[in-house]
Amino acid sequence: MKARDTLILVAVVLVAWQLLYWAVGSIAFRSPAETVRSAAVLLADPRFMPHVRESMLAFAEAFAIAVLIGLSIGVTLGASRLASEVAEPILVALYSIPKVTLYPVILLVFGIGMPAKVAFGAIHGIVPISIFALNAIRNINPVYLRTGQVLRLSPWAAARKILIPAALPEIVTGIRAGFCLTLIGTLLGEMFGAQRGLGHLLMQAMTRHNMDSIMALTLLLVVFAATVNGLLLALDHRLHRRV
Amino acid sequence: MSPVGGDAPVHVTLRGITRVYPAQAAQPPVHALGPIDLDLRQGEFFAVVGPSGCGKSTLLDVIAGLAVASAGDARFEGQAIDGSVPDGIGVVFQEDSSFPWLTVHDNIAFGLRELGRPADVVQAKVKYALDFMGLADFAQAYPAQLSGGMRQRVCIARTLVLEPRLILLDEPFGALDQQTRLLMGDELLRLWRETGATILLITHALDEATMLADRVGVMSARPGRFLEIVTTGWPRERDSTIVADPRFGGLTSRIWTLLRGESLRALGHTGVRR
Amino acid sequence: MKRVTLLRILVILGAIGLLEGLIHAGIVPRFTIIPPSEMASALAAILASGKLKVDIAVTLTNVAVAIVASMAAGVTIGTVLQRAAALRRILDPLFATYYAIPMYAFYPLLIVVFGLGDVPQICIGFLLAVMAVIINTLNGLDRVPRVLLKAARMHRMSALRTALRIRLPYAAPYIFTGFKLAVAYSFIGVIGAEFITSSRGIGYEISFAYNNFDNRLMYGLILFVLALVLTVNMSLHAWEKRLMMRRQR
Repeated sequence: MKARDTLILVAVVLVAWQLLYWAVGSIAFRSPAETVRSAAVLLADPRFMPHVRESMLAFAEAFAIAVLIGLSIGVTLGASRLASEVAEPILVALYSIPKVTLYPVILLVFGIGMPAKVAFGAIHGIVPISIFALNAIRNINPVYLRTGQVLRLSPWAAARKILIPAALPEIVTGIRAGFCLTLIGTLLGEMFGAQRGLGHLLMQAMTRHNMDSIMALTLLLVVFAATVNGLLLALDHRLHRRV
Repeated sequence: MSPVGGDAPVHVTLRGITRVYPAQAAQPPVHALGPIDLDLRQGEFFAVVGPSGCGKSTLLDVIAGLAVASAGDARFEGQAIDGSVPDGIGVVFQEDSSFPWLTVHDNIAFGLRELGRPADVVQAKVKYALDFMGLADFAQAYPAQLSGGMRQRVCIARTLVLEPRLILLDEPFGALDQQTRLLMGDELLRLWRETGATILLITHALDEATMLADRVGVMSARPGRFLEIVTTGWPRERDSTIVADPRFGGLTSRIWTLLRGESLRALGHTGVRR
Repeated sequence: MKRVTLLRILVILGAIGLLEGLIHAGIVPRFTIIPPSEMASALAAILASGKLKVDIAVTLTNVAVAIVASMAAGVTIGTVLQRAAALRRILDPLFATYYAIPMYAFYPLLIVVFGLGDVPQICIGFLLAVMAVIINTLNGLDRVPRVLLKAARMHRMSALRTALRIRLPYAAPYIFTGFKLAVAYSFIGVIGAEFITSSRGIGYEISFAYNNFDNRLMYGLILFVLALVLTVNMSLHAWEKRLMMRRQR
């Protein structure tokens, strides 16, 4: 049932894409078939893989930093009622600012290259991860904690057996949101301040009006993001069903 | 002394009303209700009691035109009820159905404005309903600022302004505490006397049914049928102090005797799951 | 004022003061970040000179167009989808994956298709914003209690009137959440797109100032964007709170 729906969706997207191609024409657009072909050419090109590796490395570092810092902020603030009430609107406001405007600051601080990309990716992910973690901890039903006290659990046992399982589903939702945003942030970082990576390639293709590359890179990025998001979403659903 | 003489015209007629839920996937069809035969007389206060799951709310939905019977004939003022709410019927639900985005005043005015009544008519009727239900001081409040009992008053007032000739109440006080229920019962009796409407009340509280109604229909476990219809014989002028009447206890225990076996059966059917 | 609000303001002022102090103490070098006080005076100078009036107007107009378009499209699509269960089930994976798609990756395409005018920037803002509106509209409409729909039938309302007078009013607070996100995403999308490639707008001017090592101009504009977005965000938050006061049970 679910598999069939997904297949229908993919078919719908492909048909819409093809129709759009016929409407827009070949100067500024490519058909699905042409795009898949250029993507295959790109993947077979030995000069392409180093860029992928570079992007993946930057993204992995950024994501690790975002999760680490995001969870630390969220869990620390979420544990205190006052702190979470003071901080949450600030975090939500930070989420709403166009982070791209901060990019020059990042470049001035870190210089062009890997650290800037990583930092820029990470700042995209930290905020949503910390917001979700904060709410996950704050919204734990107090009855659970009181039950832990009644059972005379040690603080460590209470954290391990009650706090973490109760907060985990929301934390995973936050990590999923953080994943997507960190990926977008890292790519965005590569589009300006980098000499390598997929974002750099995309920017290059754009300045050269290389439609084949633009379409192929966009397709590869979307497929990658959608696949990993799908996996995280499945985990997310599993955890939420349990509660 | 009997409030509704046998000569009052018949207001609602039910003949062989049955409701069967069709088979689903692996489950056989469920026979939820009936067959039910019933005549409600104009201006009568009729209460229905029955074990949980016996289909009493379904019965109300059929009369309201909110659900269609699988078989049988339902008529209101001689017209067949065919799945849309007939003109002249008002319904009050168990769940709070006040609109949280409107003030008390605008909640009550809602139906009249839907009918496109002129503003001065709306004003006058809403003011009357606000006074009648003791809501005048809360006209500009939002439902969220009121207690559960007050919100239910808003829902009753919203129905009342449309001047329904038949009022259907589906456990309207089910979510309220005991004292509030008694007071709301008095309100309902007053409303019934002053409007002259026919009332059908679904309730699970035996004392409520005995205290309010002219006749109490006692339903069996699923599929719900009337086991017996008990006539209370109260005067039209009555209120909650009637619970002190020596006949009150007798009537209530009689209804409970009828219901007890059915309630046990209902528990065996649908009650405690493994 | 409430204690929490006061504390929040203190935290924000403290952060600004800390940055100011670190720069004056020379711990953070001046060519990296200029002190907040200088950012403010730079911004005042920019606004007084009026030379960026056009850019500011362009950006704000494009953001407004993106907000209005995404609200109109999002609420309509959400309302239709809520009634079309089969279509919704098929599209569901797309909704869940939507924000994983790097929307800026489509920007080159949009430029090629629409040219270098305002449309590509508006499109990015719209694309980011519209899904938040759809999702929140659906969420609100899904929560309409059955008893309110029964009440609608009791008042013998048509499907359209039920939607306009019962379903949408009930869903309004959820749609407002969508609106708040639409505002934020429209700013993010439009200014981000201007930053990548465009010939005018605030995002473009920031990138231009950066490339010309004009730190005062750059930080003045960054401050402008931050102050603008935060003010809009906080006002919407306050407005929402006021609306919700009546609805909270």
